[in-house]
Amino acid sequence: MPKIQTNGLGLWYGGFHALKNVNAGFEANKITAIIGPSGCGKSTLLRVFNRMNDLIEGVRIEGDVLIDGSNIFDMRTDLVTLREKVGMVFQRPNPFPLSIYENIVFGVRVHNGRVKRDKLDEAVEQSLKSVLLWDELKDRLDKPALRLSLEQKQRLCIARLIAVRPDVLLMDEPCSTLDPQATARIEELMRELKASYTIIIVTHNMQQAARVSDDTGFMLLGELIEFGRTEAIFTAPRDKRTEDYITGRYG
Amino acid sequence: MERHFDEELKELKQDILKMGTFAEEAIYKSVEALKNRDKSLAQSVIDNDNNVDNLELAIDEKCIDLIARYQPLAGDLRFITTGMKINAELERIADIAVDIAQRTQEIADQPLLKPLVDIPKLTVIAQNMVKMAIDSFVKGDIELAKKVLLSDPEADELRNLIHKELVEDYMLKNCSTAPRAVQLLLVARFLERICDHTTNIAEDVIYMVQAEVVKHHPEKIKGD
Repeated sequence: MPKIQTNGLGLWYGGFHALKNVNAGFEANKITAIIGPSGCGKSTLLRVFNRMNDLIEGVRIEGDVLIDGSNIFDMRTDLVTLREKVGMVFQRPNPFPLSIYENIVFGVRVHNGRVKRDKLDEAVEQSLKSVLLWDELKDRLDKPALRLSLEQKQRLCIARLIAVRPDVLLMDEPCSTLDPQATARIEELMRELKASYTIIIVTHNMQQAARVSDDTGFMLLGELIEFGRTEAIFTAPRDKRTEDYITGRYG
Repeated sequence: MERHFDEELKELKQDILKMGTFAEEAIYKSVEALKNRDKSLAQSVIDNDNNVDNLELAIDEKCIDLIARYQPLAGDLRFITTGMKINAELERIADIAVDIAQRTQEIADQPLLKPLVDIPKLTVIAQNMVKMAIDSFVKGDIELAKKVLLSDPEADELRNLIHKELVEDYMLKNCSTAPRAVQLLLVARFLERICDHTTNIAEDVIYMVQAEVVKHHPEKIKGD
C-alpha cells in the first residue's frame, strides 16, 4: 500500500478548479517528483498533504487523501499531529529569527510540551547530523540561524522538520535559490533521507527531477497527466503532453 | 513551440542520412567491382572509407555535444542515442564493403570461378535492407523496420546456399578451386553480415519510435 494515496482528489479556490480528479500513490522510502508548468497545481497538491490549504479562504476539496490508510480529511484528524507527521520545506529557507539550537527544538516543544534539556540536546545533535550540519555548527549552536548561508539555512529547515520525527517530507522547490554545488549537496541529502522518509518534491528543474526521484508525476492545468517510474517518464513518456513539456515544446 | 534544438536535430538526421548514402554506395560499388572484376572501382571504395570514418567521428561528436548542451529527454534522447548507434552500424557496413573490395582486388586478375548468380541476389537483398533500414530511421517508420527484420532469414538462407554450393560443387571436387572459392565464401559472409547490421538499425529504430526494446526478443516482432 502506498504511504499516501489520493482518490478522486479535486480542489477549488473559490471558482477556480485547481486540482482535477487526482489519483496517485506515493510510496514510502521513495522520492516522488511532481513536475509541470507554473500554475499547474503541483504546489497546491503538495499543500493538500498536510492540509496547508485549509488556511486559504474559499478552498473546497473533494475526494480522499489517505496517509497510512487514514483519510486526512476525516473529522477526527488532528491537524497538529498531521503536520508533525507530514512536514514541509519551502522554496526560500525560512528559519526562525532564533538561535540554531532554538530553531530545531521549536517544533519538538510544540509537539511534546516540556522536554528535558538532554532530550532536546539529543534531538539537535541527531537532526543536525542527519542533514550533515553537525560538524559545521556544533560549536555555535547559540548563534542566530539567520546568519547561516542559504544552503545551511535550507539544511537547518530540513533538520527542524526531522527533529519532530515526521514520516513524510514535502519539498516545494527546495533548491531553487541555491547554486549548483549546494543543489547537488541537498540532492545527496535527499537520497540519504529517503531511507527513512517518504519524500515528495515539487520542482521546475527537470534535470533535478530526473536525477533525484524514483517516481515522477506530470501535472497540467490541475490534472495529473502521467505518473510513473522516473526513468520511464523521462525516456518514454506515454502522453504527448508530457513529452512536449519535458522536451521544451510546451508553451 | 519551435525550438532551436529542432534545427540541430534536423542537421544530425541529415548527417546520418549522408552516412547511409555512403554505406549504400560502398556496397553497390564493391559488388559491381566484384562482378566486373574492376580493380579501380574497388580501389575507389577503399579510398572513400576515410570520408566515411571522418563523418562517423563528426556525427558522434555532434551527438555528444547535443547531449551535453541540451540534456535531451524522452523522444529527443531516444533519437540522439539511436542516432549514435546507427552511425556505428553504418560505419561497420561501409567497412565490410571495403572488405569486399579488397577480396575483389585479390581475385580480379584470375578467371571467375563461376558465373555469379546468388551473390548478386544476396547483394540486392543486402542493399534493400540497408535502404529500408535507413528509410525507417528517417521516416520513423516501424513497419519498414519490421520488414528489415523479417528479411534477414532470407539472407541467411541464401548465404547458406552459396556456402553449400561452393564447398560441395567446387572445393570438395577440385581443391585447386579453393583459393578463389574461399574469396567468394568470404564475400557471401560479408554480405550476410551487412544484413545483420541492418537488423540492428531496425531494432534501434523501433526503440527510437515506440520506446520498445525488441533487441534479443525476436518474438516481439513475430507476434505482430
